[in-house]
Amino acid sequence: MHADVEMSRQPRPDWIWHIAVIGFVAAWYVIYRQLIPFSEWVTALFPVDRHSHTGDAIAFFFYDVPKVMMLLTLIVFAMGVVRSWFSPEKTRALLSGKREGVGNVLSASLGVVTPFCSCSAVPLFIGFVSAGVPLGVTFSFLIAAPMVNEVALVLLFGLVGWQVAATYLAFGLGIAIVAGFIIGKLRLEGWLQDWVRDIHSGADAPVGVDDERLTMAGRYRLGIAAVREIFGKVWIWIILGIGMGALIHGYVPEDLMVRIMGADAWWSVPVAVAMGIPMYTNAAGVIPIVEALLGKGAALGTVLAFMMSVIALSLPEMVILKQVLTLRLIAVFIGVVAGGILAVGFLFNLIF
Amino acid sequence: MKTVKVYGPGCKRCDATEAMVKAAAAKIGIEVAVEKITDAKSIAMAGVMSTPGISVDGKLVHAGGLPDATRLEGWLRA
Repeated sequence: MHADVEMSRQPRPDWIWHIAVIGFVAAWYVIYRQLIPFSEWVTALFPVDRHSHTGDAIAFFFYDVPKVMMLLTLIVFAMGVVRSWFSPEKTRALLSGKREGVGNVLSASLGVVTPFCSCSAVPLFIGFVSAGVPLGVTFSFLIAAPMVNEVALVLLFGLVGWQVAATYLAFGLGIAIVAGFIIGKLRLEGWLQDWVRDIHSGADAPVGVDDERLTMAGRYRLGIAAVREIFGKVWIWIILGIGMGALIHGYVPEDLMVRIMGADAWWSVPVAVAMGIPMYTNAAGVIPIVEALLGKGAALGTVLAFMMSVIALSLPEMVILKQVLTLRLIAVFIGVVAGGILAVGFLFNLIF
Repeated sequence: MKTVKVYGPGCKRCDATEAMVKAAAAKIGIEVAVEKITDAKSIAMAGVMSTPGISVDGKLVHAGGLPDATRLEGWLRA
């Protein structure tokens, strides 16, 4: 991080950055095409039969790890650049005074592209509410931001297929919009903590910093910073998750999985959601396991419900939100979001 | 003597920001009193929506991510 800051004293002109980015994408594409031969080559180095369980697991691991790392690099970089146009301050300005309905849709979409880390959830919440963003619209944002997670999107896209990734995106946004709308309709402003309600009623709404214009070079640099930050957080989870996935892929018998997590076991969806809430791991660790479970005959709705529950309903986040919301309001929040996830789970098991 | 407040719940980037403020002040040779604000309520009341944030003598100059070193010196000089 410090290196970035040092560099910024003599900013390179934008055109050098454009060429570097184009060169990077081209090199990325060439390498990406070589991943299957690469994994076969590595697997052949091991003294095991390629068609044994162990051989399968090894090939799976050495194909998926580089593939996911490469996809993540590209997408997180792109997201980092895109996010440089959407500061929380701008988002707040866009949302303030928006009516419910349209506001919920806009808010959920902005939740996906606005940069903010979970430790900023409380200040962000207050920033929104105090600027006159309706409570339900604020919730749509707060639900969409973790629910539609770019790491999850990349992993689903790379490991399970674009159809599932697209459905996850659509349903994640859907839940955020509907849940925010319901919370708005319930008129729960009274269930905020007292001091938040006082700001909400208006007197001294805090003002933020005016955001400044960035050069393209500055935006690219933000993209690189995003890649570094995400990688620092998730690389170990990816390796562990794909390792677990490889074991499941190689060794777990199919009929067992079908019985426990198959579409016929109706109770599997609520159980998956309930199990997901206390689990605090991230998308990077969960999705490779999801992939392997799907391959073994687990139902798509059940595993998606599990994944969404792990990502969107985490206990640590509830503890953070406790500072601004009363327990009652947190309970409603969990109830509405869990209900949405259940619906998605059942719906998917019905359709696919 | 300038009063600089660094707003953040205590994540790694917040500590890095505090260190940067001190380094910048030492470099340009001005005395600063750096205060860390970690309480979510105070962070929010200061108008900081994404952390870490920085205020100099009560004026919020930065929010969201590490500051740029050159601009940081500018804020301290102003």
